[in-house]
Amino acid sequence: MSVAPTFAPGKQPAVPDDRRPGGPRRFRINLRQSGIYIAFAAIVLLFTILTGGDMLAPQNISNVIVQNSYILVLAIGMILVIIAGHIDLSVGSIVAATGAVAAVLMVNHDVPWPLALLITLIVGGLIGAWQGYWVAYFGIPAFIVTLAGMLLFRAVTYNILGNRGIGPFPDEVRTLANGFTEGYLGNIGLGALGGADLFTILIGVVAVGGIVVSQWRSRAGRARFGQVVEPFALFAAKIVAASVVVMFVIVQLARFRNLPWVLVLLAGLVLGYSLLTNRAVFGRQIYAVGGNLQAATLSGVKTKAVVFWIFVNMGVLAALAGIIFAGRLNQANPTGGDQLELDAIAAAFIGGAAVQGGVGKVVGAITGGLIMGVINNGMSLIGAPSEQVMLVKGAVLLAAVAFDVWTKRRAGASR
Amino acid sequence: MSDSILRMRGISKTFPGVRALDDVNLEVLRGEIHAICGENGAGKSTLMKVLSGVHPHGDYTGEIVFDGQECRFGGIRDSEHRGIVIIHQELALASNLSIAENIFLGNEQARRGLIDWNRTNAAAAELMSRVGLHENPVTQVLDLGVGKQQLVEIAKALSKQVRLLILDEPTAALNDEDSAHLLDLLRGLRDEGITCVIISHKLNEVLEIADRVTILRDGKTITTLEAQGLTEDKIISGMVGRDLDNRFPPREPKIGDEVFRVENWTVHSPTQHGRLLVSGANLNLRRGEIVGLAGLMGAGRTELAMSIFGRAYGTGISGRIIKDGREIKLRSVGEAIKHGIAYATEDRKRYGLNLIEDIKRNVSSAALGKLARRGWVDDNEEYKVAESYRQSMNIKAPSVSSITGKLSGGNQQKVVLSKWIFTDPDVLILDEPTRGIDVGAKYEIYTIINQLAEAGKAILLISSELPELLGLCDRIYTLSAGRITGEVPRAEATQEGLMTLMTAGQEARS
Repeated sequence: MSVAPTFAPGKQPAVPDDRRPGGPRRFRINLRQSGIYIAFAAIVLLFTILTGGDMLAPQNISNVIVQNSYILVLAIGMILVIIAGHIDLSVGSIVAATGAVAAVLMVNHDVPWPLALLITLIVGGLIGAWQGYWVAYFGIPAFIVTLAGMLLFRAVTYNILGNRGIGPFPDEVRTLANGFTEGYLGNIGLGALGGADLFTILIGVVAVGGIVVSQWRSRAGRARFGQVVEPFALFAAKIVAASVVVMFVIVQLARFRNLPWVLVLLAGLVLGYSLLTNRAVFGRQIYAVGGNLQAATLSGVKTKAVVFWIFVNMGVLAALAGIIFAGRLNQANPTGGDQLELDAIAAAFIGGAAVQGGVGKVVGAITGGLIMGVINNGMSLIGAPSEQVMLVKGAVLLAAVAFDVWTKRRAGASR
Repeated sequence: MSDSILRMRGISKTFPGVRALDDVNLEVLRGEIHAICGENGAGKSTLMKVLSGVHPHGDYTGEIVFDGQECRFGGIRDSEHRGIVIIHQELALASNLSIAENIFLGNEQARRGLIDWNRTNAAAAELMSRVGLHENPVTQVLDLGVGKQQLVEIAKALSKQVRLLILDEPTAALNDEDSAHLLDLLRGLRDEGITCVIISHKLNEVLEIADRVTILRDGKTITTLEAQGLTEDKIISGMVGRDLDNRFPPREPKIGDEVFRVENWTVHSPTQHGRLLVSGANLNLRRGEIVGLAGLMGAGRTELAMSIFGRAYGTGISGRIIKDGREIKLRSVGEAIKHGIAYATEDRKRYGLNLIEDIKRNVSSAALGKLARRGWVDDNEEYKVAESYRQSMNIKAPSVSSITGKLSGGNQQKVVLSKWIFTDPDVLILDEPTRGIDVGAKYEIYTIINQLAEAGKAILLISSELPELLGLCDRIYTLSAGRITGEVPRAEATQEGLMTLMTAGQEARS
């Protein structure tokens, strides 16, 4: 950085600085990024009205989280794969295969459950490494490799299980998949809302505090460096909205059976992977690889290694989802996890990922997954038949991507 | 009046926030070659898009009179129907189809819904001979070089009974030989009565071929001039609105010790087994020195540079690289960057930038490690760094959060240079750093290059424009058919002398 060229060669022709919409130095709401959250809120509101409030009842909120937990875990892995410009069609089969491995270890061979879980995650990682090798180093399109994997690992599952399910799982695994945290500090009354667990509520307060403090510090840091930050009113409104939503969910859960363990797990994963994608060198390299592979290569990024590890990561997360899935059913099934890849892919694309790669957010994928979960749940609450659920989910996926393409085209038209 | 084939009057076109064309007038005479010159963003391409119906009637104001009739094109088919055909800079050919199929794409030679291949190929062969393309009509387009692909485009235009042919930067990607052939062809077409409008940055070509020249600046018509007696400097001053006596910023070279040397460098083609791309090349660079690498397209300039840059291209690479007196091995791009080598590509859109990301993430992308602690990036620091480059390099964008895909070519190039300067290199290889950039931005890039040399960097400058090499370099190597054929100090270098060396030994290979 020893060179700091400062010059103003000749008289500059007046180049209009406004070829970018919005002009200089003004904050704009990014419709493409915030649209998903608005849509989510609208869908929740719609079903709350249609179900006469049942949608937001304590038990139902708990159900939505627990029932969709494994899809959300898969969606986190899938968004990384999609940002890198690839796809993984095999995750449903990996869920089944790793669930079977876990079951055989714990049920048939009495392996202690922590060791069995560790082995299962490693098996998932190895499956990911297998696929990552073919995609990254051998150069076969991920669509083909994982389509083969989808068949391959389903076959492996049948081989392990035969044509039957294996169960039941140890209590600890079932608790992880299906259980709730204990109430450590006793129950308090919330007036008309009845009793709620104090410990859970305190966790909620801590979570909200964490959100406020971290967002505040991030904004202050950006402002200190002279970056454009959103207006304070908007910032405050967003923080208040997020806090209210988190606190509402926590209170409802505290009134039911406290925090589902999978929610604790998911919160950790979302936090960790958001940090990874936003702040870590490796995360940046995923976007670089997906945005322009050649440019990334010529910038010194080990692009093949990045893609390889993305698939290893997907395998590990699929194994985690496999354990949760099997634990919830208390049985590993040869047909388990069928078509879960489609839910995970849909979650990622509804959440704002781009088909060409290079774009996407972990929180977006989670929101996309929750949108599908809420549609599933809400429509079953109002007694809609399953073909209607499929119809609506299909329409939502198409509409989400169409919206994405439309906003992109509108942005591009101003060039 | 009677001999003008096209009159565009008072054309204005606005994009959101930008007035791209402002009351532009253009008159093209029947049977002439009419050149349009202007900086990037002056409105040349937009004007041609209005003319060809890409921007349909109603999207712009003003009137177009073609052949005495007012035209209101609703789309490109309408304009083609009248005999106006545009050939874009990025060729629009289906590379997996044959030449004949491409020529008649959308205009298939069919009988009762079935394509008559004999008629197609025979008609294609006839058109191909008109444009001097000696190939089999069933050859796939992807097997042709860019020059021949351009001829396919022109043959395609001829098949549509073209009367006004518009070429947008037709020679930008061509070597001198192909360019010369293309220009000859255009003269031939003019003699057959086909009017041509040509957009070009290469002013020497414009002067060589055009009958009249229209200059645009900032979306306005500046003037239309007879090409007879016109000079490059006159065109340039019209384009930039100032006299450019000196196209190159002055520089006092301060040359130090040798910092980088390549010995006996040999590279083989990764696709064609056994073909030599670079053969036994030797070159050295000294601190504070700007060294040129001249060569025709296909001479192996980019291949030489990229193979040095951590074996980013080629197979069967052998030879030695010595930096600061010690031999180093560069097995990957990462190692090259670590050893202080930087390579700014000739194709910034494909190889240089992540176009969907913003300026700051592109600037940091080759040296993220400098901004990270234990694998975590400090994005405030990243912002600060990018912002300092935005100001010092004069990158015209509202902020470093602007998406690079929306910047002009010159500003994109400044982002690429910022990215490599941020890696803190000792040796910068700049591959065609001013390609596709307007004159004003070129001057800025030259100034940056000079300042880099001033700061003690060694620079290897690859360029197709000989005046650029003569204007900037202290020493120039010539490369011909993969061999270094000469090393000429600035004082002794002339365009003619360099060209002789650049073409030396060409026959030996073919």
